[in-house]
Amino acid sequence: MTTLLETGLASTKLRSAKTTMRDGHNRPIVVVTGMGVITSLGEGKTENWAKLTAGESGIGTIRRFSTHGLKTRIAGTIDFVEVKPFSSTTLAERLADIVIEEAVGQSGIGRKGDFPGPLFLGLAPVEVEWPQREEIARASGEAGCIDYDILLRTSGGGRFTQVHARYMFGSVADHLCETFGTKGSPISVSTACASGATAIQLGVEAIRREETDAALCVATDGSVNAEAMVRFSLLSALSTHNDDPRSASKPFSKNRQGFVMAEGAGALVLESLEAAQSRGAEILGVIVGCGEIADTFHRTRPKPDGVPIADCIRNALADASMTFDQIDYINAHGTSTPENDKMEYLGAAAVFGDHARKIPVSSNKSMIGHTLSAAGIIEAVFTLLTLEHQRIPPTINYDVPDPAIPFDVVPNTARDARVATGMSNSFGFGGQNVSLIIRREPG
Amino acid sequence: MSQLPAGRRETWITGIGLVSSLGDGLEANWDALCSGRVNIDLEKYAPWMIHPLAPVNLDSQIPKKSDQRQMEAWQRIGTYAAGLALDSAGIKDDKEILALTDMIVAAGGGERDLDVDAAILTARADARSGALNERLMNDLRPTLFLAQLSNLLAGNISIVHGVSGSSRTFMGEEAAGVDAVRIAWAKIASGQSEVALVGAAHNGERKEMLMLYECGGFNLKKDFASVWSRNGGGFALGSGGVFLVFESRPHAERRGAKPFARLVNVVSGHSSRAAPGGVESNLGGLWASLGVTENATAIYTAATGAAVATGEEAAFLSAHGDVPVRAVGTSFGHLSEAQFPLALALASLSVSRGALVPPNDTSGRETEIDVMPAQIVAVSVGHWRGEGMALIEAVS
Repeated sequence: MTTLLETGLASTKLRSAKTTMRDGHNRPIVVVTGMGVITSLGEGKTENWAKLTAGESGIGTIRRFSTHGLKTRIAGTIDFVEVKPFSSTTLAERLADIVIEEAVGQSGIGRKGDFPGPLFLGLAPVEVEWPQREEIARASGEAGCIDYDILLRTSGGGRFTQVHARYMFGSVADHLCETFGTKGSPISVSTACASGATAIQLGVEAIRREETDAALCVATDGSVNAEAMVRFSLLSALSTHNDDPRSASKPFSKNRQGFVMAEGAGALVLESLEAAQSRGAEILGVIVGCGEIADTFHRTRPKPDGVPIADCIRNALADASMTFDQIDYINAHGTSTPENDKMEYLGAAAVFGDHARKIPVSSNKSMIGHTLSAAGIIEAVFTLLTLEHQRIPPTINYDVPDPAIPFDVVPNTARDARVATGMSNSFGFGGQNVSLIIRREPG
Repeated sequence: MSQLPAGRRETWITGIGLVSSLGDGLEANWDALCSGRVNIDLEKYAPWMIHPLAPVNLDSQIPKKSDQRQMEAWQRIGTYAAGLALDSAGIKDDKEILALTDMIVAAGGGERDLDVDAAILTARADARSGALNERLMNDLRPTLFLAQLSNLLAGNISIVHGVSGSSRTFMGEEAAGVDAVRIAWAKIASGQSEVALVGAAHNGERKEMLMLYECGGFNLKKDFASVWSRNGGGFALGSGGVFLVFESRPHAERRGAKPFARLVNVVSGHSSRAAPGGVESNLGGLWASLGVTENATAIYTAATGAAVATGEEAAFLSAHGDVPVRAVGTSFGHLSEAQFPLALALASLSVSRGALVPPNDTSGRETEIDVMPAQIVAVSVGHWRGEGMALIEAVS
């Protein structure tokens, strides 16, 4: 009798629960059940959150390679994870391993090496790096001129098969797929500095399409090498505040002069609410809305009226079936470049109106620098931690307010606040714009 | 009409843009294939060989010279082909539709400045001394970075053609091309999207890429032959751009668009290449999940000619020996990210024209057909990783 009664109750519960398993668009609700993060501040959520809310900076003078002749000699490198021989792609891969271990461990999903869903990986473009190019050049035995004909003749014969395997764009995803046992063809995505947010969006969409109950979303970047720094430097995008690295990244300040390159990675385990609840998983947050739009104005600059950024935010609100006044906090893209921060305010103000001056808006990049391809997911993890701890990490180095950007930037000191819903914004070269809306509780 | 996957709506292919070593546009490519012409340069990079791009009037799709100057060859080829696809679908200047169009581009990286690389290597300007930094700071063109970033092909398409619904760039060689097609299809079929622009571009004339593939032993050298007769000799890099427009049937019908084909299903997988037979077995699984009517199907394959990949694909094909096969790689070379979109484009063109292109093969793998099959499957087996298939059929 007891058993029957219990069964009856369970099925009633299941039926009533069913109605809340789907969102306002009748799609499965997508929740987060595991998170992992690594930045120049440290490894793991605990260390990062402690330092982030203490207003610490992870930016320092570059020691990994000679910076002789470079305009910028500072970055947020991750020197506590060693990769030998150094390769940005190998570092990115190693960082991804670390954050996936943390996220999957917290989630308790699947079995070791058997993740029950696909992999979506935000990744910087992959290419042969200088040490490998130099190695092939040396192997040629040529004492004089070296050109690509010589490299080409030297590279064959099986001596450099590892160079091919390492510098396939699919190589990092291949390694992660094999290591963690994700299902199907792993997808590597680049939307420049929005890549991490796009990786999340791909996972959300796959669960909403009911192709899978779970997705592993990761983004990683180990790009601090000489050529990558030179490339951004030549576009005048980087801060040259070399003498005081910790204060170099100053988003929304009037005296901001560029971003600080940084390394890092983040991972999220996404599941349908139904799948998460049925296995009794702890729910860490809900991805309620994703918005995106491509800016058609310029390769590196957003449209001067900020309309694409505003439309991106509007798309995210519509996707979440929410209105702007329901957003309690914005985790800004806030790169500390003159252009981005101004446009971000313009875009937000177009949607939020006067509310844009009241809502707390902070930039993690003031402390961790710009983690490029990983930024979107690292900052989503920090937004989720903000919801969990009901505490907003500050924008540090905010000493000279920019009157053109009257955001409440949570200056210099973390703040306790009631935060039910946060928005995380990511904007990238090539007109890439993604906004995510994240809630603490389902429904 | 084939059974669609459960809960999925109809997706039509309503636009194709194609430029290649064989020609500019659908007619030129079709005619070249029908005449068995192959455009391959055996001299310029000997003993390596490449398929150079046919002459193209870039101005017709990229009118501003300033835009052309901001791009390297791979981006110009892709932006041009994307324009052709939008023209083909009849949405080129339809701002309302372009603002809703979801774009997925499959891309590698852009061209390096080979002269700068060579000068640095010749000067032995290594990283330890800091000499590398000075050379890079002084010698690199500031805007070259924008021609190298993978997502800047999509960025250029947004700028030149006004595609702005969304923009995503998938990376990962052949598999990126497959998954770009798969995700764009899945979004439309599930109702997440109404119209999508999907494709890729490849410039085969890049010594730094020849070097990378040479490291892995994948470059075809010496004797040119069909992909079935290379004995694992690999591929000759090809040049070209391929873009397709996918649309939900209601969206296409509302504006009176004429479809090339119905995209019924797209599947992809990732077999471990460590174990022999992994690719063949994965292809069997994908084929079974595709919903194919075995005796009414032809295959257009993106086969590369690489040792393990094409060997195991050939074994899979032999197990389906009655299905007529065409390999696009023999005629076009290998276009990496663009190779699967190329196979799908030619399959779609064949469905709409009611004919397969003639065989281009002396091994006996490709044979003439008597009756045009109702369906075509596009197949991809990446030279190193990744497998995928798409099933299309005529819209009657």
